[in-house]
Amino acid sequence: MMRFKFFLPIAVFVLFLAILFDSLLHDPSKLPSALVGKPIPEFDLPPISGPQARPGLKTADLAGKPGIVNFFASWCIPCKAEHPLLLRLADSGAFPIYGINYKDKGDAAAQWLQELGNPYSRIGADTAGRVGIDWGIYGVPETFVIDGAGKILYRQPGPLTSTDLETKILPLLKQASK
Amino acid sequence: MISAMKTAAAIFLALTLTVGIGGGIARAVEPDEMLSDPGLEQRARDIGQRLRCLVCQNQSIDDSQADLARDLRILVRQRLKAGDSDQQVIDFVVARYGDFVLLKPPVNKDTLALWFGPAALAALGIAGIVFYFARQPKANPPPLDAAERERLQSLLRDDS
Repeated sequence: MMRFKFFLPIAVFVLFLAILFDSLLHDPSKLPSALVGKPIPEFDLPPISGPQARPGLKTADLAGKPGIVNFFASWCIPCKAEHPLLLRLADSGAFPIYGINYKDKGDAAAQWLQELGNPYSRIGADTAGRVGIDWGIYGVPETFVIDGAGKILYRQPGPLTSTDLETKILPLLKQASK
Repeated sequence: MISAMKTAAAIFLALTLTVGIGGGIARAVEPDEMLSDPGLEQRARDIGQRLRCLVCQNQSIDDSQADLARDLRILVRQRLKAGDSDQQVIDFVVARYGDFVLLKPPVNKDTLALWFGPAALAALGIAGIVFYFARQPKANPPPLDAAERERLQSLLRDDS
């Protein structure tokens, strides 16, 4: 009994330390998402202009098949880093990849895609960034997985890695296609 | 000594006042964003102080130079001009960015530990202290009997 009373404060303290230490391991720039599990926001964006133009993008275009919505910009360096992964996924042809071009001017986005390759089947031009706010993004790139029935399944802020693709995004897409 | 303390107090007061006044000025709101109606603009400022800039995270959208903060300030003003109440504007932003966008988190089941955790820990500590002292032996032992008094007297005599 005496023993127990002696160790109780130490146990509480260690538990407290464990909780604080756990918080150190999280990346505080990765914010929780308000939109996961919610319907896709209503939007209707015109196409980008230039050589790699694709049809524009609106909410209704995202119905039908599970797929990926990727916010990108030509001025965004991490977008360039994740781009080969999107191209590889597009080559496999398994799932549609939709692009939303965030705050680009003129045909900068089209030039960028001309140079790096174009994984997107449709691209909406969000020149004012208003649609980005409706999706709750706070930077580019951000990637959303949609279920083809008008709902958002997953959101990844920041560039995709092949681990993200293999362990989270592809399993979600496969499950949604069943 | 007293005059030195008075001077120190005056300097302290001056510093707090300066910081206090400085804190009231919104630092990043550009003139071209402002609304012509001062009442609406004031409401936009009040809302802007309560919303977090998600890029810098520890600044309000009124304090931040980030592009997204500017977009959100303009959005807040558009909603106000469209006739939204302050709460409607805030709900609009929270629906997109979640509770994290509020600099003062709301009280709900996810934030219970945040709001009441420190008070609960303090209460636990105080309860522990009270419990510990309540269990201590009483401060006044029973009075000495005749034999004990005799022994005490003899000890005191030996000492002197």
